[in-house]
Amino acid sequence: MATSEQQAAGGAGVPAGQVILEMRNITKEFPGVKALSDVSMVVKRGEIHAICGENGAGKSTLMKVLSGVWPTGSYTGEMFFDGKPVQFSNIRDSEHAGIVIIHQELALIPELSIAENIFLGNEQAQRGVIDWVATRQRAVELLARVGLSEDPSTKIKDIGVGKQQLVEIAKALSKNVKLLILDEPTAALNENDSQHLLAIMDGLRSKGVTCIMISHKLNEIEQISDSITIIRDGKSIETLRVKEDGVDENRIIRGMVGRDLESRFPEHTPQIGEVFFEIKNWNVQHPTRTDRLVCKNSSFFVRRGEIVGFAGLMGAGRTELMRSIFGRSYGTWLSGEMIMDGKPLHLKSVSDAIDANIAYVTEDRKTLGLNLLDDIKTTTVSAELKQITHNMVVSNLEEYAAAEKFRVELRTKTPNVDEGVAKLSGGNQQKVVLAKWLFTEPELLILDEPTRGIDVGAKFEIYGIIQRLAAAGKGVIVVSSELPELLGLSDRIYTIFEGAITGVLDKAEADQESLMRLMTKTSSSSVAAEQAS
Amino acid sequence: MSFIKKLFGGDIRQLGMIGALVFLIAFFQWSTDGLTLTPDNVNNIIRGNAHILVLAIGMVMVIIAGHIDLSVGSVSAAVGIVVAMAMKEWGLHWILAILLGLAFGALIGAWQGWWTAHIGIPAFIVTLAGMLFFRGLNQFIGKSNTIPVPPEFQVIGAGSLPEVGPSTGYNNLTVLLGLLGCALIVVGTLRNRAKLTRINAEVEESGVMWARLILICAVIMGVMLLIASGAKGFPVSGLILVALVIVYGFLTSKTILGRHIYAVGGNRHAAELSGVKSKRVNFFVMANMSMLAALAGMMFVARSNASGPFDGVGWELDAIAAVFIGGAAVTGGVGTVVGSIVGGLVMAVLNNGLQLEGIGADRTQMIKGLVLLIAVWFDLYSKKQGKPSIIGRLFPGKKDSGDGGVAAATHLETQNPARAAVQDTGTTISTES
Repeated sequence: MATSEQQAAGGAGVPAGQVILEMRNITKEFPGVKALSDVSMVVKRGEIHAICGENGAGKSTLMKVLSGVWPTGSYTGEMFFDGKPVQFSNIRDSEHAGIVIIHQELALIPELSIAENIFLGNEQAQRGVIDWVATRQRAVELLARVGLSEDPSTKIKDIGVGKQQLVEIAKALSKNVKLLILDEPTAALNENDSQHLLAIMDGLRSKGVTCIMISHKLNEIEQISDSITIIRDGKSIETLRVKEDGVDENRIIRGMVGRDLESRFPEHTPQIGEVFFEIKNWNVQHPTRTDRLVCKNSSFFVRRGEIVGFAGLMGAGRTELMRSIFGRSYGTWLSGEMIMDGKPLHLKSVSDAIDANIAYVTEDRKTLGLNLLDDIKTTTVSAELKQITHNMVVSNLEEYAAAEKFRVELRTKTPNVDEGVAKLSGGNQQKVVLAKWLFTEPELLILDEPTRGIDVGAKFEIYGIIQRLAAAGKGVIVVSSELPELLGLSDRIYTIFEGAITGVLDKAEADQESLMRLMTKTSSSSVAAEQAS
Repeated sequence: MSFIKKLFGGDIRQLGMIGALVFLIAFFQWSTDGLTLTPDNVNNIIRGNAHILVLAIGMVMVIIAGHIDLSVGSVSAAVGIVVAMAMKEWGLHWILAILLGLAFGALIGAWQGWWTAHIGIPAFIVTLAGMLFFRGLNQFIGKSNTIPVPPEFQVIGAGSLPEVGPSTGYNNLTVLLGLLGCALIVVGTLRNRAKLTRINAEVEESGVMWARLILICAVIMGVMLLIASGAKGFPVSGLILVALVIVYGFLTSKTILGRHIYAVGGNRHAAELSGVKSKRVNFFVMANMSMLAALAGMMFVARSNASGPFDGVGWELDAIAAVFIGGAAVTGGVGTVVGSIVGGLVMAVLNNGLQLEGIGADRTQMIKGLVLLIAVWFDLYSKKQGKPSIIGRLFPGKKDSGDGGVAAATHLETQNPARAAVQDTGTTISTES
């Protein structure tokens, strides 16, 4: 024990007393995926430490290990907090030690007041009876510390997201936090709220609270953080000292994407034809928050035989754009034109879109793409039952034949098409979803994160299917968070940031750095975004 | 055992329920010294429960779509009194009275369906309101009196197939009905098999098929001959029920509408993103339920010769129990018309047997309560044997749900930042479009 403490103190050349947290050789595996392998990082006391990496690099998993969401024993490696080795079995343990995590999706209860939320699970009570006077007093103090001038009895649902974020921080402070972890704290905030939040973080730093911050907004990271640990493909790549090393946005991007493109894509020669699908000046409002546009004046086109990629970080509005095109299944359409084969299209429902030969493979297979109670054959025909219905009777035989045809074509691994989709692996489930949409014989196929949660072999096969569709003269749109996937697959790539299309790059001119620059809030891309909108 | 499994399509759930029904009948036959399987008693079981089984048909569709309907008993009573009054006060012809009743039921259904599907109030609330409102309406129209109905109308509840043709000692029409049913089942099965063979699809062993056909036909003919040997022929209410089972069994399993009901109940968002108009589906199931409730109410009034202020009290619960015993899932997406009928028959036989035994209403209710609980527990248990569990989805946190796929799905959801967007979309879909 003593030796490991010494090692902890001496780690990474930082003097002993200055280190608040050291994570050493953390490895976390999920069935079939190594989410973290041998990750190490050192956080100094009283600093703001940013963690950067692409979507899926392992940032959130690492924070879950740190906060006890993944209990000790479910990963390998060691953690030292305040110089002592620690093992957390749950969130309560880590909070007890002084580590509090604020998730991207806020864990506040809308119908309860600010004060009740701050002390939820930590009620100011005596013998089980809540002391409302003390609750209110302490809440007022905490709110003052985060610069929020709301009455503590205001309900959470009545304040904006920015203020909710501050309530989360006040809640963390009420637990005597030593290390505060913020996962994408400014993702849902506007510019003003973001700046206010960063100022509050700065204030906390001066009072000795250490912060770990996960963010995609590189300009903010550059502005506020002292150190940056970069994680790529589940490995910790490097830790940069912002001031000492003179780190800028480009340096961070290089660290985030610096990997070789392996040949993970089938050979394919594009045969690109005429423009056949076009979106012009498309504006869509958020379904509930009427002050927010999820698509800002977007315009793009797709040619026959072309695979068009859409790059953007999570929450940038990629899915929202695609779903608003797919029969207005997201948000409130405000204005904009849709043209297919030279004719204007007015799709008011999903079935209109299907009739117009547009297909949309959803991002989240299990909640949006599949009825997990169904079997393969009923799923395959479920978007186009008309085709196998004669005199009102759905033909079981044609259903079976169709499912069987796609099982063979897409090489779905299953004993038979009567198998329940819930039993299939992710890759095979995705093939069934693809079969369902290919059965509608689409001219334009929109694929949202088509390979998420799928192993490498199945990915390769799905890329092959996409390329075959393009070769058959269909238009394909691929939305993906994985840049290598977009670069390997697409003939042209659009980038989206905060609901606006910020650029388009041909395959030849696109690389990860240029894309990342267009899809993050760097100084150059935000100018481009404003020009585009 | 494996042969028996194949015989019933390998579905342990269905097998369990049919087994329970057979066991109950055998048990009561033994314990009542043969009073259960007499022509009159079987006839009575059908007559006395046909209206509940009609409700169960509508209810299973409501439950598959993910809703519930608490108003059916009150709707039955309201329609019953309106029909009875129309015949008594206006001298309306009984056939027109039936049509009036169905139309009134459909109107009530449209009202409840509109609130549920288009305004978005949960069916539980809408139909709880309906339960109060239509009970009151019955007592308001009838001034809490019992209104008699003319004998011609009583046919749909109390009538039997008449005696025709040569005297054989049996009710000829009843025997013919049984033979017709067997013939249809045999021809249907063989035709389906021929089609499957033509496209080289997998077909079951012919031995299994014939064994099943013989068993089904033996049961049908056994029941029909038993009834036909008694004083009365097969009840008209039973005939209505059989017709409805065929129509709705077909509707739920063979039509686009049926597929859409399952899809909406299984995963509404996925269904909507596959082009299903979920509002229409929800409207239909609610409207249809009230129309069937109207029919059930009229059948009951016809059987009891009059419409009273307390007709239909508690029917909704009997129908819901039948559906859940018949294998439907609380969360929707699962259930069958035939299963619900079997579930309803289990309750009916249990009621009847306990009555024959002279067991009071108090203990009968206690036993029925336990049977419901055990049946659903059995459902849970059999789902744990590797089938996708529906009830498991209700309790995603439990590690022992025995259902890796679904548990993993829930787990992914909690990890997925896209979930917020999903939920937003959910609200859009329910508030606009």
